[in-house]
Amino acid sequence: MSRSDEILRRAGELREQVGPGLHERISGALYQQSAAVSHASVRITGKARVDWDLIADKLLTSRWLGYPIMVFGLVAVLWVTIAGANVPSGWLFDGLFWVHDKLEAGFKAAGAPWWLTGFLINGVYRGLAWVVAVMLPPMAIFFPIFTLLEDVGYLPRVAFNLDRVFRWAGAHGKQSLTMAMGFGCNAAGVIACRIIESPRERLLAILTNNFMLCNGRWPTIIMLATIFVAGSFSPVWSSLAATGAVVGVTLIGVVLTFVVCRVLSRTALKGEASHFYLELPPFRRPDVLRVVYRSLIDRTIFVLGRACVVAAPAGGLIWLLGNIHVGDASLMAHLADALRPVGWMMGLDGIILVGFLIAIPANEIVVPTIIMGYLAGSQMTELDVSNTGELFHAHGWTLMTAVCVMLFSLLHYPCSTTTWTIYRETGSVKWTLWANLMPLGIAIVVCIAVANIWRMVG
Amino acid sequence: MGACDKCIVNRGARDQSAGGVEIGPGLTNTDFTVALAGNPNTGKSTVFNNLTGLRQHTGNWPGKTVARAEGVFTHRDRRFKLVDLPGTYSLLAESADEQVARDFILFGRPDCTVVVCDATVLERNLNLVLQVLQITSRVVVCANLIDEANRKRIALEARVLEHELGVPVVPTAARRGQGLDHLTEHIYEICVGKLVPQPVPVEFDAELERAISELATELEREYPGLACARWLAIRLLDGDERVEEAVRSGELAQLVIGQGREDRGYEARLTEGKS
Repeated sequence: MSRSDEILRRAGELREQVGPGLHERISGALYQQSAAVSHASVRITGKARVDWDLIADKLLTSRWLGYPIMVFGLVAVLWVTIAGANVPSGWLFDGLFWVHDKLEAGFKAAGAPWWLTGFLINGVYRGLAWVVAVMLPPMAIFFPIFTLLEDVGYLPRVAFNLDRVFRWAGAHGKQSLTMAMGFGCNAAGVIACRIIESPRERLLAILTNNFMLCNGRWPTIIMLATIFVAGSFSPVWSSLAATGAVVGVTLIGVVLTFVVCRVLSRTALKGEASHFYLELPPFRRPDVLRVVYRSLIDRTIFVLGRACVVAAPAGGLIWLLGNIHVGDASLMAHLADALRPVGWMMGLDGIILVGFLIAIPANEIVVPTIIMGYLAGSQMTELDVSNTGELFHAHGWTLMTAVCVMLFSLLHYPCSTTTWTIYRETGSVKWTLWANLMPLGIAIVVCIAVANIWRMVG
Repeated sequence: MGACDKCIVNRGARDQSAGGVEIGPGLTNTDFTVALAGNPNTGKSTVFNNLTGLRQHTGNWPGKTVARAEGVFTHRDRRFKLVDLPGTYSLLAESADEQVARDFILFGRPDCTVVVCDATVLERNLNLVLQVLQITSRVVVCANLIDEANRKRIALEARVLEHELGVPVVPTAARRGQGLDHLTEHIYEICVGKLVPQPVPVEFDAELERAISELATELEREYPGLACARWLAIRLLDGDERVEEAVRSGELAQLVIGQGREDRGYEARLTEGKS
């Protein structure tokens, strides 16, 4: 017998000798000594005050108030975002499209050929201006508020509240943290799934992260809600109505996450939810200025930059599609014609589907693509939120169309960056395909159902 | 990949893979390795960012540091590699996070380990401190969030705490950068051997103590100069599979004081195993 085997054997014998509850005795000694050391070196100098942390925790995680507070928080954040973004968005539109007209006039005066002006100004610049005007204001408001909630320490409370639902769904409670990351960026959300130890639960979290609206899709949903839902209310209530619609779409995504997890837990990914510990950290007063600065620099500008990198070539591509003619119609028209029947069944149209296809690299540009698709070849250049609505109405949009676009945007498939990240994290082509085809299937079924029921009832 | 390379989360992930591959130049071209341990929510990442100048995203929840981040800082013309370990409550290796943190402190043999504590709830944090002290004596305790503790009228007597633990204690408010110069100075002194802490051992009941010392003596006879025989004995008694494996494979020989510290092969394997 080797020396090391002998040591292990002796350890086994001694374990028998020292008696039961060894593990507890070891940790007990640690806790006792911790208490003694702490007692010797820490003094409470003030009088025992009201423990606000405890009171706040009792409220935020209470059985009856926990959920209402979460929903109310979501409503408040989105309402501030929507109401606050409207005005600066308008300014940006006015400014950027004023520049657009000046540039166009300048190009014409300089004698540039029509296709150069068209490609650069009506294509690339218009696409960029759109993305900046639509995305910058809501992101500049949403990200800092969300980061503040993170820093204060609210997210672990949300995880605590939702734990029971995750158990029902057969998923890991820490998934709520990865979902919160997904609200910012699905690719980030997918990477955050590393905090989940069980491979089965981790896969569930990865596959469903797509149902969290990412910053590429918030502006789409917010804009459509503003035009189509808020439009039917008096100005006083309009931003609240728009908020309600956005919250509704968000909650559909959350509920669907649970349902899909539960279905998968009983079929393809069988298993029970595992236990875990989560400390409710003390509330911290966040460093507001730093949070605002950091979320503006690190997130807003970065995300906007990414959107612009995609929007510029996409704008050019759309202009080309709209202006290269094959036979008697543009490429765009051919493509839209081919997709029209499928689109109609789902309550959409051909151009909308073209928009979703072109926007695979970045969801940010879905709406700009659709608008430019409608405008291709036409003379209308000036746009703000109100005549965007007119443009949509002129192309046959109804409230149903808007609802179907919002649902399709929520559900469809992750952007190419997220898809790549899923492949990297799972290392599996099969699950990467799943992560794309499963949401696409759900999106098609849901949109067809909504459109058909709507048409039957209406 | 392209577009999202700048993304904060991806940046962390890339750093991790680089840590595993780039064993030669760059990060490893340093004089000392310093591990940063601590409970979640103690401001560990803030300390890390402040010392290294990196901007790792900080957050107030466990699991924020998914990847092991590494950075470099310089003090008194020496280059220190700082390794930010996952935030854990204990080192009993019950989860993947704890396993990573413990294996690094044990087998990665950092020249100094900084345990970041939340001064507002010190007692809860001392559990981890005591566990680290059983593995290595080269420890600095960083009592962070001292500003918040003061606001809550909790007074920490750092000198008393030092005496009770047997290792240096530095109160800090990392968010404001307070106390960090003292921290780096203590790290430096421990790394160069100017300061040799004598941690106070954890005391167990008499029966347990007898078993521990017998087993520890056996371990020391097999591996003369073993750094943390007492702790290993406790782990063996507790039936810790990872430590049993290390005994069987002879890996424990690595822990003998005086064996080449530059053998960082284990570190590379650790990172690969994790990713």
